[in-house]
Amino acid sequence: MSGGVMPPAPKPVPAGFEPAFFPKRMGGAAAGAAGEPRTRIVVVGHVDHGKSTLIGRLLADTDSLPEGKLEAVEKACREEGMPFEHAFLLDALLEEQAQNITIDTTRIEFRHGGRAFQIIDAPGHREFIKNMVTGAAAADEAILMIDAKEGLKEQTRRHGLLLSLLGVAKVIVAVNKMDLVDWKEGRFRELEKEIREYLGGLKISPREVIPISAREGSQVKNPDAKRLGWFRGPTLLQALLAGAPGGGRAGDVAGPLRFVVQDVYRFDDRRVIAGRIESGTLKVGDSVVFFPDRKTTRIKTIEDWGNPDPVRELGPGRAVAVTLEEQIFVERGHVGAHEDLPPVESREVRARIFWLDAEALRLQAPVQLRLATQNVEARLVAIDRVVDAEKLEQKSGAREEVGRFEVAEVRIRCRRPLVYDAHDRVEPLGRFALQQGPRLGGGGIVLEAEYPARLAKAVTGEHLTWTEGRVSQEARAAHFGHEGAVIWLTGLSGSGKSTLAVALESLLFRRGIASMILDGDNLRHGLCADLGFSLEDRAENIRRAGEMAKLMAESGLVVISSLISPLRKERQAVRSACHAAGVNYSEVFVNAPLGECEKRDPRGLYRKARAGEIKGFTGIDSPYEEPERPDLVLRTDRENVESSVGQLLRHVLGLVRLKDEDRESAEGPGGQI
Amino acid sequence: MSYLQTLEDQSIYIFREAFSNFKNMAMPWSMGKDSNTLIWLAKKAFAGKIPFPLVHIDTTYEFPEMLAFREWARKHYDIDLIVIVNEEARKRGVGYETHDPVTVTHELKSAALQQALAKYKWDALVTGIRRDEDSTRAKERYFSPRTADNEWEYRDQPPEFWGQFTTAVKPGEHVRVQPLLDWTELDVWEYIRREGIPVPKMYFAENGRRYRSLGCWPITKSVESQVNTIEGIIEELKSTKTAERAGRAQDHHERNAMQKLRAKGFL
Repeated sequence: MSGGVMPPAPKPVPAGFEPAFFPKRMGGAAAGAAGEPRTRIVVVGHVDHGKSTLIGRLLADTDSLPEGKLEAVEKACREEGMPFEHAFLLDALLEEQAQNITIDTTRIEFRHGGRAFQIIDAPGHREFIKNMVTGAAAADEAILMIDAKEGLKEQTRRHGLLLSLLGVAKVIVAVNKMDLVDWKEGRFRELEKEIREYLGGLKISPREVIPISAREGSQVKNPDAKRLGWFRGPTLLQALLAGAPGGGRAGDVAGPLRFVVQDVYRFDDRRVIAGRIESGTLKVGDSVVFFPDRKTTRIKTIEDWGNPDPVRELGPGRAVAVTLEEQIFVERGHVGAHEDLPPVESREVRARIFWLDAEALRLQAPVQLRLATQNVEARLVAIDRVVDAEKLEQKSGAREEVGRFEVAEVRIRCRRPLVYDAHDRVEPLGRFALQQGPRLGGGGIVLEAEYPARLAKAVTGEHLTWTEGRVSQEARAAHFGHEGAVIWLTGLSGSGKSTLAVALESLLFRRGIASMILDGDNLRHGLCADLGFSLEDRAENIRRAGEMAKLMAESGLVVISSLISPLRKERQAVRSACHAAGVNYSEVFVNAPLGECEKRDPRGLYRKARAGEIKGFTGIDSPYEEPERPDLVLRTDRENVESSVGQLLRHVLGLVRLKDEDRESAEGPGGQI
Repeated sequence: MSYLQTLEDQSIYIFREAFSNFKNMAMPWSMGKDSNTLIWLAKKAFAGKIPFPLVHIDTTYEFPEMLAFREWARKHYDIDLIVIVNEEARKRGVGYETHDPVTVTHELKSAALQQALAKYKWDALVTGIRRDEDSTRAKERYFSPRTADNEWEYRDQPPEFWGQFTTAVKPGEHVRVQPLLDWTELDVWEYIRREGIPVPKMYFAENGRRYRSLGCWPITKSVESQVNTIEGIIEELKSTKTAERAGRAQDHHERNAMQKLRAKGFL
């Protein structure tokens, strides 16, 4: 052994040697079995605003360095002929010392005041934002560093924006390098005001804004009465101690059950469904619906290897393995929920996304969307707004792509239904990653979700099953050369719905697009002949029309529905049903003021309503609820018919026309039958 | 929920994600405390059956007590175990008697693993590394891609968040799956105590000395200790600041030794 003395070879073990030590299983009774929660803190901010120096200072001041570490770094500095800095304590890699920047997320533990903390150091360089995202996504709390002399810089703002996207709501702002601005209160207050305003725009209210000097050790562990005497707030460490101990952002025990399936194992005679409870509580005996197939069964057992005591229920965050009463079809990607609090099931997602990849995310380009254990092919169908980190305002001009490090509000369409929740309702089911190559390229949070009022009975009923056709929607679309859709025209009587519907149908048909009008009055002659005009009957009329339209669109037609459909709730139900079935749905508000419609009165109905001959007439003695967020608005009182029809046609063509690449990738009708 | 429980659940989630996403995974197994904790977690993740092989890289400098433990565990846990020796390097005379520890570790561990990767074509390897072990490991990911040359591109690592990991590999590449990344040495011992996980006897004091970390016998030193219970180990850990791997010679041979070893594929 070069440079050392070879020790003598160990003796062979005696016969009958027992090599294993068996500790007594303590279970929850073990002292310390709880483990000690570590509050995970991400340190972010612009490059050179002092993040590494602060971390080195925290480690040194809390006496958390391993024995000999401080001396070793001091020695290395002497050898390299550099003055010692606290930042070097962290930069253990040689090349980091050479470049004087932190290249990746590091995690360092320290203890203070009886609590354990784990620091995630996130690099400030723009190119390393992916590392910052990796670190911050796991953090309980953030320290945002600002250089007192330089003030807010690009990365200060961008990191703030990303913290809001990643769900880190607890933020402490440290205004560092106060020594460089002569410890002046005026400069601190100025920066405090600026950062509070900026973070306020992101709905983040910082817990504290503290003036410090990491290099001098001021206001980090100890207050600096001499130079920062004007500051009445806590030191940085006092502020950290005042926060709640971390230990993961656990889901809501009382929230809706979301049992995310990772896999199904058949290693022995059991069929084990393995996954994680992201929200709510799962009990043995529970009736659970598995989305998106909506098959229902009861939980027979919870399997817990190594535990002699049977487990009856588990809460959020828990890894779980169950067996089921009935052997229904379940696979990776499915989400178990209780029937009364279902997730959303839709091909459409409205989201705020961030993008990290060098290659931009382009409109209509295929991208993998990964949400919990689901992985579906998707594409951006609209970029509503690109957020400028500097001003938090919309960047000007229509956009064809979301570039590197940009944040945008977008609409995404998936190839098959996605099971999800709104981010503010069930966080783990309301966030997703996007991937174009082998690496994650970005992520996003679901801004809103259309929850079904109730689950369709036909699927959950005990003796009914859903018959799946063998021709896929993709195959139908490839066959027709366009996708099916429901174009839902809503508006007052006399607003122009029928006129537009007739014109649109004819224009689409001439372009080879199979289309069909579904007219409210016509339906009442057949399918809905048993219905009157009570509120209940009118609601049922809309429901039937919606179901009809959905089925026709599933068959590949572009259905133009022309119904007053006055209530938001009812229109919403149709939208949800369409999205759950993976059908394009577009709400078009045919908007003409009541006065104008009454003046037109093409069928003399308003006159009869005013005269009391018709009761419950929309706009007169029955309400019309305008759409809150229609996909298209046509002001038929201001524009002529040609203009309205033109807009409508462009809108519909954009919705249903296949892109060339889609046509190539979708197998022909022969391929999937 | 207790913090140890959070760690256990996260590790099980990682095990299952790896098994679902990779076709041909394996788990190197050194028989140390971390390795035995991994076996325990894998048993839980897969409801009692570990559905992939374990791999022991036998340097031929193993303590006899550890080889005895290996055979005991193989039966006890019903493990599919593959044992690898870099016979070619041993024939060339590579050994602690003649070479420095960095070279020997590279040849008998990293190169041996490299040969096995080429032979068995594993696309994922589960490792027991933890961020608290040393500062280079602090930068790891849960799913950490390795190039076809088994190298770690620590300058340009993929992002990882919200339980979404890097699961795509090119032919010849593999991903290191690291379920214990967030654990500390103390967490591991407290979990062993909570669960009653069997561990090698060498961790407990005999004649006033015990091992904190177990490697090749020529370069693994015991430390002075009277501790012969798990509780004792935990107490000792809480009061000491000596780095865990201080008893391992190859880490200290030259500056940045660990960085060099890790970039070359050392676990």
